[in-house]
Amino acid sequence: MILDGKCPTGPIEQTWDKHRFDLKLVNPANKRKYNIIVVGTGLAGASAAATLGELGYNVQAFCYQDSPRRAHSIAAQGGINAAKNYPNDGDSIYRLFYDTIKGGDFRSREADVWRLAQVSNNIIDQCVAQGIPFARDYAGYLDNRSFGGAQVSRTFYARGQTGQQLLLGAYSALSRQIHLGTVKMFTRREMLDLVVVDGVAKGITCRNLISGAIESYAADAVCLCTGGYVNVFYLSTNAMGSSVTAIWKAHKKGAFFANPCYTQIHPTCIPQAGEYQSKLTLMSESLRNDGRCWVPKKQEDLGKRPDQIPEEDRDYYLERKYPSFGNLAPRDISSRAAKEQCDDNRGVGPGGRGVYLDLADAIKRLGVDTIRERYGNLIEMYERITGEDAYSTPMRIYPAPHYGMGGLWVDYNMMSNIPGLFVLGEANFSVHGANRLGASALMQGLADGYFIIPNTISGYLATVKPGGTSTDQLEFKQSAEEVQGDINKLLSIKGKRTVTDFMREIGTLMWNNVGMARSEESLQDALSKIPGIREEFWQNVNVPGSGADLNQQLENAGRTVDFMEFAELLCRDALHRKESCGGHFRVEYQYEDGEARRDDENFCYSAAWEYKGDDKFPEMHKEPLEFKNVHLAVRSYK
Amino acid sequence: MSDHKTMTLKLIVWRQKDANDPGRFETYTAKNITEHHSFLEMLDCVNEELILEGKEPIVFDHDCREGICGMCSQVINGMPHGGQERTTVCQLHMRQFKDGDTIYIEPWRARAFPIVKDLVVDRSALDKIIQAGGYTSCHTGGVADGNAMLIPKPVADESMDAAECIGCGACVAGCPNGAAMLFTGAKVSQLALLPQGKVEAAARVKAMTKAMTDCGFGNCSNHYECQAACPKGVDVKFIARMNREFIKAQFS
Repeated sequence: MILDGKCPTGPIEQTWDKHRFDLKLVNPANKRKYNIIVVGTGLAGASAAATLGELGYNVQAFCYQDSPRRAHSIAAQGGINAAKNYPNDGDSIYRLFYDTIKGGDFRSREADVWRLAQVSNNIIDQCVAQGIPFARDYAGYLDNRSFGGAQVSRTFYARGQTGQQLLLGAYSALSRQIHLGTVKMFTRREMLDLVVVDGVAKGITCRNLISGAIESYAADAVCLCTGGYVNVFYLSTNAMGSSVTAIWKAHKKGAFFANPCYTQIHPTCIPQAGEYQSKLTLMSESLRNDGRCWVPKKQEDLGKRPDQIPEEDRDYYLERKYPSFGNLAPRDISSRAAKEQCDDNRGVGPGGRGVYLDLADAIKRLGVDTIRERYGNLIEMYERITGEDAYSTPMRIYPAPHYGMGGLWVDYNMMSNIPGLFVLGEANFSVHGANRLGASALMQGLADGYFIIPNTISGYLATVKPGGTSTDQLEFKQSAEEVQGDINKLLSIKGKRTVTDFMREIGTLMWNNVGMARSEESLQDALSKIPGIREEFWQNVNVPGSGADLNQQLENAGRTVDFMEFAELLCRDALHRKESCGGHFRVEYQYEDGEARRDDENFCYSAAWEYKGDDKFPEMHKEPLEFKNVHLAVRSYK
Repeated sequence: MSDHKTMTLKLIVWRQKDANDPGRFETYTAKNITEHHSFLEMLDCVNEELILEGKEPIVFDHDCREGICGMCSQVINGMPHGGQERTTVCQLHMRQFKDGDTIYIEPWRARAFPIVKDLVVDRSALDKIIQAGGYTSCHTGGVADGNAMLIPKPVADESMDAAECIGCGACVAGCPNGAAMLFTGAKVSQLALLPQGKVEAAARVKAMTKAMTDCGFGNCSNHYECQAACPKGVDVKFIARMNREFIKAQFS
């Protein structure tokens, strides 16, 4: 099947405005008759729930944490992009649009990206009105900094905690609606199934994580805002609870999963210290504004302290390879460059998997106080974890899984192929193509929630009669029984290996074979091993305790099951895409200098996979990508 | 990678089946711990062993494990988050301990935070305080340009100092009165400092302090334990500012 993204046509500058006018509206008096479920309360979910509630819909919002304020958007450090052009350095909506298309290696939809760039400016205004204390200059104006993949300063920030401040802004808007009674908040609930009635999304099945009760909720539309899936690599920068579960369950109920192989490996994370490690910690990309990446030129210098290696013996490899973008090369390129240095046996630190990120020049130039003001909290975090002081010695960093550009397939209205199922934020596949630029995830989450879904969801709701669905219906009962059945099965095995042990095994396999570089051989190898791990899991996992109370092992077991199934789809997508683009690097497809070789003739499309049953090969549907405003070109940052 | 010496530690951990269970301390041994383990990774290792021994692992809240989500919440040796300055439990690393140490691990203890299980407590009271007024009542869309209102840098910076709060509740756990004054004061101050927040400042401080009392939080008697416990170092001056806002509100 050839998929239709239902993008509006005509001059791109007018597409969103025209489409907004063409969308049907729901009469204000009728809005309260519609129920909308929002799953997840990160930037996309909290902003969507707050805005839909404010418009007058009845909203039910869900999160697995104890408070909606804790979703993992909170951990985003560096900033949020917008095309304000406050610094007068040549920015525009068109440039943000262009940079995002190019940054995504020409694998995203033009109209969606245009819309994102267009509403980016509204986001900043909205956040300021909410009382988010963005960084300001001495004249009282909003301050900007630079991020990877752009030659303009368009990133707004609040110290090193921009995600926190934006999420608390959305959380406060959500709290206001909870207070007003338009949104009912359900915390410590994990969505374990999507309920589809006659081909239309009508509700969800959740587990109450405190009581263990399986609960059903019905609505006229369901919005999944459940984040990304890179915990499939076990160690990543995601939160411990971040999982593919919600979107994977929706996929198994018929929603197409697009481009799962586009995974972002963030270049600047603290290297792994040992086997026992539970997660990797990011050091914001903003550090690359002032930090310089280097490794020793000579292998014999590896044992030396960094300050014993003279300037001429250091290889500032990003500045050498990409003189025009230097240390601000995009994430995929910077990550691969770090890997190359370590593969060349010039990596630093224990295990040789690390490169230096050195602030010494910036400290010399700007003084330690300025650097402390800009990055103090990051440097403090680095000290807590490594015991080292980054003001006096260079940080050691290494790439780590960070973000999934792929996700559930959605059309221009952000509706999946299942009518009534909308997907927002990282959980969908729409705007970042094969690689996301820094400070664009926050922009997308809030664009989707504050400014896009409130318009597009009315276009759908205006075509359906409100109500009419009840959790007494057969489909809800069946779903709840299936969920309970899976839980009982997990608890009954009582084998000899822990859940974490299995997750570590599958994650390590995925990282080694499907991480920063992939080949036909490594992917086939992973595909041959995954079913065996899954099989052993179902025979030998030990999930202690019962299903009738707070049981974190049981929660993790369910997430692990979904990751083990999803891992196979990720591999298949990566195997079929015989080209390199953005975060998907196939070693067979590269130029002589090691840069990614895209194949626009054969792969200029999004691959959306349809689930066909547990042991059946998924079916691929293509959505061709057309570029009318940006010329397809080799992506160069040299 | 672990060429470091390992530690063995004695853990005395609060176990409580549910809100109705009286609860008790249990003793465990943590073995092969290095200085690079985070405190929670140390507990992960203990839990892995408990599972293999057929016992129930220790339940504790955690999520981002990078010190920002505010989910982790343990009193370690009597101090919320373990006592290292400006550090959450998840960022506390085992280099702060030495081989042979005995470590007491307890949940947040406060009237407003009922225990759910083991080290997990119910902190929804903090959400209720925010719901009472911790926002500006702006609508989505239809707001002025971000630069339409100039805010002096020192004001924006001070507002940000208050906004750093991660809502973990350590301030409550550290306070002998179980007060949420630092938490509430931080939000009241963040918004009252900014021109956008001034419009509703009086109504906000009244509503939030009322919610604070209704939720069963105590009052401030200037112990400053909250600031000492705060993983973001939020300053007690924001309590003073809230009190000022509160008094002002009585005349408005």
